[in-house]
Amino acid sequence: MKRLSALFCALSLMCLPAWAEDVVLGLSMDTVSISTNFDGSEILIFGAVKREGPIPDGPELEVIVTIAGPSQPLTVRRKEKRLGIWVNIDSVEVDHAPSFYAVATSGPLDDVLSEVEDLRHKVSVPRAIRSVGAPSNIQDAVSFTDALIRIRSASDVYQLSEGTVSVDEQTLFRTAIQMPAALTEGKYATRIFLTRGGEVVSFYQTTIDVEKVGMERWLYELSRNQPLIYGLMSLAIAIGAGWAASAAFSIFRA
Amino acid sequence: MQIYLPIAEVSVNAFLLLGLGGIVGVLSGMFGVGGGFLMTPLLFFIGIPPAVAVATEANQIVASSFSGVLAHFKRKTVDLKMGSVLLVGGLLGAALGVWIFNYLKALGQVDLLVKLCYVLFLGIIGGLMFIESLNAIRKTKSGKPPARKKHNWIHGLPFKMRFRVSGLYISVIPPLIVGVLVGILAAIMGVGGGFIMVPAMIYLLGMPTKVVVGTSLFQIIFVTAFTTLLHATTNFTVDIVLAVLLLVGGVIGAQIGARLGVKLKAEQLRILLAIMVLAVCGKLALDLLLMPSEIYSIGAVGGH
Repeated sequence: MKRLSALFCALSLMCLPAWAEDVVLGLSMDTVSISTNFDGSEILIFGAVKREGPIPDGPELEVIVTIAGPSQPLTVRRKEKRLGIWVNIDSVEVDHAPSFYAVATSGPLDDVLSEVEDLRHKVSVPRAIRSVGAPSNIQDAVSFTDALIRIRSASDVYQLSEGTVSVDEQTLFRTAIQMPAALTEGKYATRIFLTRGGEVVSFYQTTIDVEKVGMERWLYELSRNQPLIYGLMSLAIAIGAGWAASAAFSIFRA
Repeated sequence: MQIYLPIAEVSVNAFLLLGLGGIVGVLSGMFGVGGGFLMTPLLFFIGIPPAVAVATEANQIVASSFSGVLAHFKRKTVDLKMGSVLLVGGLLGAALGVWIFNYLKALGQVDLLVKLCYVLFLGIIGGLMFIESLNAIRKTKSGKPPARKKHNWIHGLPFKMRFRVSGLYISVIPPLIVGVLVGILAAIMGVGGGFIMVPAMIYLLGMPTKVVVGTSLFQIIFVTAFTTLLHATTNFTVDIVLAVLLLVGGVIGAQIGARLGVKLKAEQLRILLAIMVLAVCGKLALDLLLMPSEIYSIGAVGGH
């Protein structure tokens, strides 16, 4: 990891020696704990730009923040009317789709990030999804990934919030990202990009751990490691509750 | 009050689940159906992943059926002998049904098949029951005693057995076949099968309605307990927190339902069940016929 960030530093120094700017980051929390009453979480991301010299001339400094949940492969299916009923006909496999993805920017995404840089760093929502092989009989594979983004954006699992990162004096920045209640566990990759004139001048990466705690953790582990005991426990609870309700009601009647 | 479900990985309103469990529990105790055919679609609707909904629902049905069957045991309206025969058939059928399900899954389109199964069976059963109970109500109103068919081809079969509680002396072959068929359908459709079992017992086997409910619940407990264990050990999709929320409402509802059921006449009970079955059938049929608002859906790779 250290070597990687050193590499990034070296790269950015090589490419843009005049604009040597680095991110110093703060997070309101680096672990999101999912407990029984978990109902979503807001993460505050703030930081400062560290630089050796004066603020460079030229285009304003812009900031982009992304948070991505663990990726999984998915199948997107499309219904068509056959013999009067709606059935799934075509399907496209998306082999890489984050379970959660939020992008926050300090201005309109098209202005703060060029197409080429978006392609390189996979920042915007459509770029964060990777779909390679659509079957040859499907001409409009794009409409399937569009549908994926549309459905997930509707439930706030994918978010694009333009202009929600506030930048002061081209040095201090801050934003808040709302994470929904339906979160999956895992390491959420958090990236901060500093851009000028659409070009990425600096890049910083960290992770936020999202994990179940307490009873949630215990039940989850039990269901995976001791499924038979877990299943029997579920049945015992069911039988016990059924008996208790019956007993309670016969007391009422007596 | 929001509660995060550890296996389903979604956050839901606890009171909503308690309420749903209670309503379905009342129906369960009243009609002797597990209520899975109502609850499973409702759980999909509030955003529980389908695999978790089906598996957890099985667990909840164990609780409400157990609560209901105890109430029926007190009134001596459970035919244990008949229940055991049906259960043997049911477990055989369930094993066969799982095999058929996996075979169809390999072919694709299993989702559609499940829905068509629902529409077809709910439609036929609901329709027949509705007409029959309407006729029965008309007959009682006109003063004539309801005619009960005394003999049909079923009474000509060998291996006769006496079912004292049901007041029947018939061959074991028809109940066994009913058990197997219901088991197959239950495994494919992911429900306890009470809504098929109850009419089959009334119309095919000629059992008295009052005994049917307790006996159906008795055999559902075992079939759904078996299904729960199967899901918990192979798919890890039983959500115990979801199950507890549903069954707290469910067991209380089942007790109320079992008592309400006593107050209603047999024909009224049957016509209410028929209307409910037809309503669910109509809703599912509309889903298939009308253009959905979103024609795309997201699923796991390989799954459905």
